[in-house]
Amino acid sequence: MILNNLKPTKDKINTFLPLGSIFVIFAFLDVLTNTFLNYNITGFLPQTLNYFFPLLLGYIGLYLIRIEFSGNRFLDKLNKNINSSNFNAFLTLLILFIIIKAISPLMNWLILEANFVGSSKDDCTGNGACWVFIKVWFNRLMYGLYPDVEQWRVNSAFLLLFALVGIAFFVPQKIKKYFIIFLLFVYPFIGIKLLSGGSFGLVYVETAAWGGLSLTFIISAFAILFCFPIGVFLALGRRSSLPAIRYISIGFIELWRGVPLITVLFMAAVMFPMFLPDGTFIDKLIRVLIAITLFEAAYMAEVVRGGLQALPKGQYEAAKSLGMGYWRMNVLIILPQALKLVIPGIANTLLALVKDTPLIFVVGLMELAGMIGLAKTNPKWLGMAMEGYVFAGLVFWIICYAMSRYSQNLEKKLSTER
Amino acid sequence: MNLKKLSIENKKIRDLIPQALTILALLSVIIYFATNAQINMGNRGISFGFGFLSQEASFDIAFSLIEFDGSYSYGRAFLVGLLNTILVSIIGIFLATILGVIVGVARLSNNYLIAKTAEWYVEIFRNIPLILQIFFWYFAALRALPSPENAINFYDVSYLTIKGWYIPKFVWINFDIFCYSLILAFISIYFLNRYAKKQREEFGKILPTFTLSLGILISIPLLSFLLLGVSLSFDYPELKQLSETSYTYENGVSIIPELIALALALSMYTATFIAENVRAGVMGVGKGQKEAAASIGLNKGQILKLVVMPQALRIIIPPTTNQYLNLTKNSSLAAAIAYPDMVLVFAKTALMQTGRAIEIISITMLTYLSLSISISILMNWYNKKMAIKEK
Repeated sequence: MILNNLKPTKDKINTFLPLGSIFVIFAFLDVLTNTFLNYNITGFLPQTLNYFFPLLLGYIGLYLIRIEFSGNRFLDKLNKNINSSNFNAFLTLLILFIIIKAISPLMNWLILEANFVGSSKDDCTGNGACWVFIKVWFNRLMYGLYPDVEQWRVNSAFLLLFALVGIAFFVPQKIKKYFIIFLLFVYPFIGIKLLSGGSFGLVYVETAAWGGLSLTFIISAFAILFCFPIGVFLALGRRSSLPAIRYISIGFIELWRGVPLITVLFMAAVMFPMFLPDGTFIDKLIRVLIAITLFEAAYMAEVVRGGLQALPKGQYEAAKSLGMGYWRMNVLIILPQALKLVIPGIANTLLALVKDTPLIFVVGLMELAGMIGLAKTNPKWLGMAMEGYVFAGLVFWIICYAMSRYSQNLEKKLSTER
Repeated sequence: MNLKKLSIENKKIRDLIPQALTILALLSVIIYFATNAQINMGNRGISFGFGFLSQEASFDIAFSLIEFDGSYSYGRAFLVGLLNTILVSIIGIFLATILGVIVGVARLSNNYLIAKTAEWYVEIFRNIPLILQIFFWYFAALRALPSPENAINFYDVSYLTIKGWYIPKFVWINFDIFCYSLILAFISIYFLNRYAKKQREEFGKILPTFTLSLGILISIPLLSFLLLGVSLSFDYPELKQLSETSYTYENGVSIIPELIALALALSMYTATFIAENVRAGVMGVGKGQKEAAASIGLNKGQILKLVVMPQALRIIIPPTTNQYLNLTKNSSLAAAIAYPDMVLVFAKTALMQTGRAIEIISITMLTYLSLSISISILMNWYNKKMAIKEK
């Protein structure tokens, strides 16, 4: 009888709703004052109970307001989304309380007690993060050891790239083709020349001095550019009817996919020079680029193969019946459809490529993460690892998250109903 | 005209030419590389061969599962590295699976907050390069731990410090007998399950298999403790003062921070992918399946166990095995924080000492390659076995 009366139902909503709300509000008030005002409302309770008290209180409160079909739209929505059962109510409270508890120290460290002004480690007097570190090293983190006076070259190379890509979006369809050809086949040489110099009155900058975030972009851009066509060729090779080509493709793909990138980079660094005639020297950066390109091309090939396999046989037969040869069939009919099918896979491979670039530390090249490793071991800036890696993580996260979002949009835009 | 006709119509020749050209190109590249390698090695006074594996290694390894010091051979050093790789992979796989399943299920929760939290976990940890996460844990988070004298104390049994995590050491007597008893328990559980299945299919009797299995799993090893002289005691870590300011822990087992950082980063990163697999798997089971199961009167637990899970697992397992493989390969990033795995011990230290780049890199790559290939063969066999058999 008593239990029946305690069960929240619609006809007793006027008692249960205020009562439950009071419980919940009190629970949150307790946690909030505890965290932000440093005042413990429930301090009179024994310590062990004190800790769990808001959880218990909130739990009872949520139980009381769990009234089905109450007619109150807000309450119904609340119950459906975060308070549908006892277990859910418990988890909801737990997560909210953890967020409240965590947000204050996190905010303090990140912003409120952090140091933004100054030029040396001694200026970091607060308890929070020392963003001065990032500020002072920012130039190095972006450009590596590239000479300060020459950094306009890196900037202009990237600006030129962005400008060309931007213009390519707006020019009419007719000229677009030439723009893309220019971007793919001419721009890389201009970019490389601009960065390395040595002629046209530009001072020569050796690749060992390249670094920072710009190197991440350079490596990603070149590897993406080259791994895509190689991957497509490997995928076609793997589906070829000619056994020699098929088995070579399979062997090549499985070899790269079976080993970690770091061993491939080791190979490029120490084993590859042994295979060249004595005295020949290939630049470290180029060796690394070749290694990353071949490695990612193998993954790309598998993604493209997925698309090729997903196409119905009729597409091949139709193309052949029109009298198309192998290359015309693949370029005009098969690949456009197959590639469209696997856009998410391609995007994931490119994402993995960008995430793999920090591994070039193996051969002594330093992009963003490597530069932070260098900066944090500087005797004047010891103990700045946390700030450095949080910053690098944030930068990479923004890049990768933007890429994955863009690929999702592209996928939606290009999807055609079959 | 005649020539063109000939080359196009004769399919055999047309097929042969590109194949022969490819093989020829590949062979010439290989021969070119091999001759260069031979000349280069000759110049340096080394000849190709694997004899160096039995030479004395004369370097120490910070953490090893088997006995090792400088007097052992390079071959033994390789084994130490391989075992360390396997150790961190197993720990990583175990943690990643638990975390991944929890996050994956949480993403499907009808609780808005939980689903959102899980989603953000995936978005955050998937989009940060693994190497940065390893660096973060190793150089930033674990360096914030206290020194041994102020260690974080877990009930006086285990201590977490900046130098590592000290846990009690298991001291077994007659460990082999205990292992045999465990094997015996698993064998009897296997036969019990077969028997139970037969009973269910032929006579419609349902045995409480789970309770019985649990009983066997506990009782047989317990019997080995009581009757066969197996015993287990613990060696607890104790604080010891080395000098005025330096302390360390004695006895017990020390888990080095490199291992902790690597295992944490690997499992948190891989868990995001496993979570996505789990989500895709559960969502891949049609709604109609659940409704049909409910309409024949199965309860919620039965629906999950008998209808949803068997179908979802078929979708989940293949990509998840792939993730396990990725995790194992990613464990080679250990080289960045000096966890002595195969790459660090063998492809870095041993290579630097011997200068035998070709042999050492080939052995390392072949080890990973054979691991990958054997797992993919296993996977193909599994897929064939699990494929829906249509009549």
